[in-house]
Amino acid sequence: MTQAPERYMGGGLPRKEDPNLVTGRANWTDNIKLPGMLHLAMLRSPFARAKITKLDVSGALERPGVVGAFTGAELADQWPGGVPCGAVVSDQQNSPFFSPIVTDEVRHVGDVLAVVVASDRYTAQDALESIVVDYEPLPPVVNMEAALAEGAPLVHEEFGTNECFKYTAGVEGIDDLFDAPDDTQLEGGGVRGPNVGGQGDTGEAMRRADVVIKERYIQQRVLPTAIEPRAVVASPEPGHQGIVMYSSTQVPHLLKIVLSLSTGIPENEIRVVAPDVGGGFGSKLNLYREEIIAVVLAKKLGTPVKYVEDRSENYQATIHGRGQIQDIELAANSDGKILGLRVKLLDDMGAYLQLLTPAIAVSGAALFPGVYNFENFAIEIKGVFTNLTPTDAYRGAGRPEACFAIERAMDSLARELNMDPAEVRRRNFFEPFDEPTANPAGLQYDSFNLQAVLDRAIELADYESLRAEQQRRRESGDPVQLGIGFSTYTEICGLGPSQALAGLGLGGGGWEAANVRMLVTGKVEVATGTSPHGQGHETSWSQIAADVLGVTPDDVDVIHGDTDAVPFGRDTYGSRSLAVGGIAVYHAANKVVEKGKKIAAHMLEASEEDIEFEGGRFSVAGSPDQNVTIQDVAGAAYLAADLPEGMEPVLNESMIYDPPNFTFPFGAHICVSEVDTETGKVKLRDYIAVDDCGPVINPTIVDGQLHGGLAQGIAQALYEGVIYDEEGNLVTASMVDYMIPGAPELPNFTLDRTVTPSPSNPLGVKGVGEAGTIGAPPAVINSIVDALSPLGIKHIDMPASPMRVWKAIQNAQGKQSGDRQIDASLEASGADIKQGR
Amino acid sequence: MIPVAFDYEVAESVDHAIELLGQYGDESKLLAGGHSLIPIMRLRLAAPAVLIDLGKLENLRYVRDGGDHLKIGAMTRHRDLAFNEMVAQHCGIVGYTAGLLGDPSVQHRGTIGGTLSHGDASGDMPSVITALEGSIVVQGPNGERVVKAADFFQDYLVTDLGEQEVVTEVRVPKLNGNTGWSYKKFSRRSQDWAMVGVAAVVERSNGSIGSARIALTAMGATPLRATSVEQALSGAPRDAVAEAAQSADEGTSPASDSAASAEFRRHLARVWTKRAVEEALSR
Ligand SMILES: Cc1cc2nc3c(=O)[nH]c(=O)nc-3n(C[C@H](O)[C@H](O)[C@H](O)COP(=O)(O)OP(=O)(O)OC[C@H]3O[C@@H](n4cnc5c(N)ncnc54)[C@H](O)[C@@H]3O)c2cc1C
Repeated sequence: MTQAPERYMGGGLPRKEDPNLVTGRANWTDNIKLPGMLHLAMLRSPFARAKITKLDVSGALERPGVVGAFTGAELADQWPGGVPCGAVVSDQQNSPFFSPIVTDEVRHVGDVLAVVVASDRYTAQDALESIVVDYEPLPPVVNMEAALAEGAPLVHEEFGTNECFKYTAGVEGIDDLFDAPDDTQLEGGGVRGPNVGGQGDTGEAMRRADVVIKERYIQQRVLPTAIEPRAVVASPEPGHQGIVMYSSTQVPHLLKIVLSLSTGIPENEIRVVAPDVGGGFGSKLNLYREEIIAVVLAKKLGTPVKYVEDRSENYQATIHGRGQIQDIELAANSDGKILGLRVKLLDDMGAYLQLLTPAIAVSGAALFPGVYNFENFAIEIKGVFTNLTPTDAYRGAGRPEACFAIERAMDSLARELNMDPAEVRRRNFFEPFDEPTANPAGLQYDSFNLQAVLDRAIELADYESLRAEQQRRRESGDPVQLGIGFSTYTEICGLGPSQALAGLGLGGGGWEAANVRMLVTGKVEVATGTSPHGQGHETSWSQIAADVLGVTPDDVDVIHGDTDAVPFGRDTYGSRSLAVGGIAVYHAANKVVEKGKKIAAHMLEASEEDIEFEGGRFSVAGSPDQNVTIQDVAGAAYLAADLPEGMEPVLNESMIYDPPNFTFPFGAHICVSEVDTETGKVKLRDYIAVDDCGPVINPTIVDGQLHGGLAQGIAQALYEGVIYDEEGNLVTASMVDYMIPGAPELPNFTLDRTVTPSPSNPLGVKGVGEAGTIGAPPAVINSIVDALSPLGIKHIDMPASPMRVWKAIQNAQGKQSGDRQIDASLEASGADIKQGR
Repeated sequence: MIPVAFDYEVAESVDHAIELLGQYGDESKLLAGGHSLIPIMRLRLAAPAVLIDLGKLENLRYVRDGGDHLKIGAMTRHRDLAFNEMVAQHCGIVGYTAGLLGDPSVQHRGTIGGTLSHGDASGDMPSVITALEGSIVVQGPNGERVVKAADFFQDYLVTDLGEQEVVTEVRVPKLNGNTGWSYKKFSRRSQDWAMVGVAAVVERSNGSIGSARIALTAMGATPLRATSVEQALSGAPRDAVAEAAQSADEGTSPASDSAASAEFRRHLARVWTKRAVEEALSR
């Protein structure tokens, strides 16, 4: 047996997952072919809002190869729970019934009104054209402010309003400085959690302040484009009384529960398998209508049913991310010290509530104060229904929005006070700490050393010479101006303490499960309730188990993504996997060692207290020659021929770990951009990210997470944005129009780290999955505004496309631009509303 | 993204392709690299009943010396042109532009005959061939004809090609040592279609500008010559460029879409024309 004195944690072990992925041997859901399998296609609405006055599927049934065609009315009794929403953020939340197939009215382009099941996907798709529908188109609501206006068309008539919920924290006096419409309708939506609160008197802070920064920021909608679109195979498999659902999902365990709630199939009759999953970014943290339909039809027809969305459907019908209008007021003294902050958010729900839709903005609420230590904070959030695709979690989910607002406002404050943006941040930073410390919203940050990350980033950027170059370019009137943008962020990872999640309206259940077992041959199996879809848990969990058990990562096999193989789990999202699931593995492996000690003592005829364990070997203190390997012990435990009195056979230990707190990584990012003032094109010259996610298990994986996260953060800042026209048609409906940047658009990233362990878990780890999407957008926009500030430009909306930058320059120079119309409607919406071609 | 069902035929020769076109009529479409046609079929914007694949016609894949011009076979892939030495030496703008089309996989499949036949005004090669005053060789049931670029592109996605005709060759002039060129493509991502593109072929003469031929991409339904800039530059000193470029958008009719408004396209055409001519003069 291999002996392993090395420490694997902290080393850049190549990912175990990659050989299969890069050689095309992965097992995607669409690769699954079961005998008798049928294929589904969805008839989707071309209208954002319309009554269905006639629907006749009989034509489809006549086509060869078509097995069935169904309307919502025919299947309604199969889904008593509809598409469930698991988030309740206010006692008065308006939660519509979300029917997998609508019956009377369509509410967004892409809404499903009928389905066809056929022998293959082509036949199913063609048959949709034989379904006869008459629509009575109705005026849609496509932006949030219009949705809340008096007399607006209603997305869900039964509520009498488009307001889904109102959530407030620390609101005393929030209305007297904000021009808020008078709304008594949903008064006191109620703060539910112990972990989010406002405090102090923000009104008083605003009056006392030397300066108040008042700004409006728009978080445009973005598409979480996973490289593998959604896919599902539902199978009434023999041997299972109920159903097996293979799904390209981040959350097999949640799906099992939610599918049961939706269909009434008992939870114990459902098995969910997540085969290899090609990315999710939050978009696969949902039970989708198409999955419910596939399951219901598989049961009804008694044969497997597959549905794989195409990219057009992916853009119309998979959840969208972001979609907020943020009004923010930041009060400060002339020395830069913040006195108070208040925030009013409109959060775009879209037409229906998916699993977590109302919780996204709320879960980021307590992060608006960012990394700054001050006293007065208040926030109000309104969820708004629109006739657009539902929104939900997208990489960062609530935190990028919060970080953007405070980090943009900090730059505005610096400019207003004529201070260096780094200095204004420093003056408000928390002093370093390593014990939980409350932020202005009552969140218990775990450990910070902000000064260190900012200093290091400034050093790596060679800040002074950048400023000198900027000065030179300004003086010479260079058409290409240089901009330097900061963002110093923190975020919430390690979701989460069950109690705190309940407080956020998510019910609870933030724990994670692990089982570590040693086989008779000394090999190790780790079963984890996390469900990796690109994050490399097989590698990292192997490193953790290998170090604790003194074996090599190759000795360890990680099992995940099957509710039969891993009965309990809470899956993967919210940068939770390592800080919760990895810690569960760590504890379970330690339990194996503890039990191993007892057996070793028995084998070595020594007392347990005298047994030492190192490098996979149990030995007697003082006489190292007397030893047994952990593999010997595992074999003995398995055979159980000679175990201590009363001991259970086998090294097989489980841990269900509920974390005591969230974890809070932090970092300082500096973006260096070159802005071509003649064309509005922004080129990122350099991007420096110094992040602190606590001790790193695998630096290659952490760098990879940062690269991908930064790419997506930069994408939101510069490239990506959903555009709808005024009728609610998706204009950015394909990858031609929706601007996902590629490697040529991105700078080389300069990455570095500091290490400030979390006091919340024994490895001190925090999480890094979303750091990039959180830190990058404000750093990029701050750099552009920095470049253009001599022109008097104070803000540029995301994405800072060449046209938008150019128009800002035109406006600043007093030149009229013919596109004011577009900007006016843009102002009012998290989605970009434009005239179509 | 799931096309309507279609039949598939393989053309064994140009004559065979012409025959098949005659047989299936307007129900059919020629398939070259497929990188314009297949995407629109997947979006169900086109639903030809029959595809006639030119992919086997390796004899249409060549670059030959034609004396004062180069002959490029219609099935020559963008990638072939980007790495062809004769092209680099005599008409660099064609190779350079071929290397800008989409991404490497697009370049390996897409053909020069396909991009010209498709006639997309956002295509880069149509304006380059227009600025070069190149010509297109077309073969049909009644034999061969040679069409000037200026006559070939007629409207948005409409060319001079008859129903039963196949593009077989593209001819571009060899540029002499006094002639500089530039193709400036403005796009948000490197793989994108041009928001605006400017092809400039500029002849130098005794330290000033002799003549300039400038064609614009995505500024109207077809590639457009910037004639008033060309006139202003004819025989003009080098420092006349910035001023002359101000009229680059004259006579254009750019679209407004999600990428750019018409106004922004006009602005870009002016800036990009200035930069393209300056680059051509220095090359
Ligand atoms: C992701 C992507 C990015 C792209 N980016 C760009 C870009 O930046 N710039 C750009 O200019 N183009 C771009 N393209 C288009 C690309 O250059 C295409 O390859 C080209 O426009 C069409 O060539 P093809 O050989 O693929 O033609 P096909 O798609 O096979 O055919 C196009 C049309 O031409 C007809 N046709 C083809 N060959 C002939 C012939 N010999 N005679 C008569 N008719 C013929 C076909 O019937 C069809 O109607 C991009 C394409 C993709 C998919």
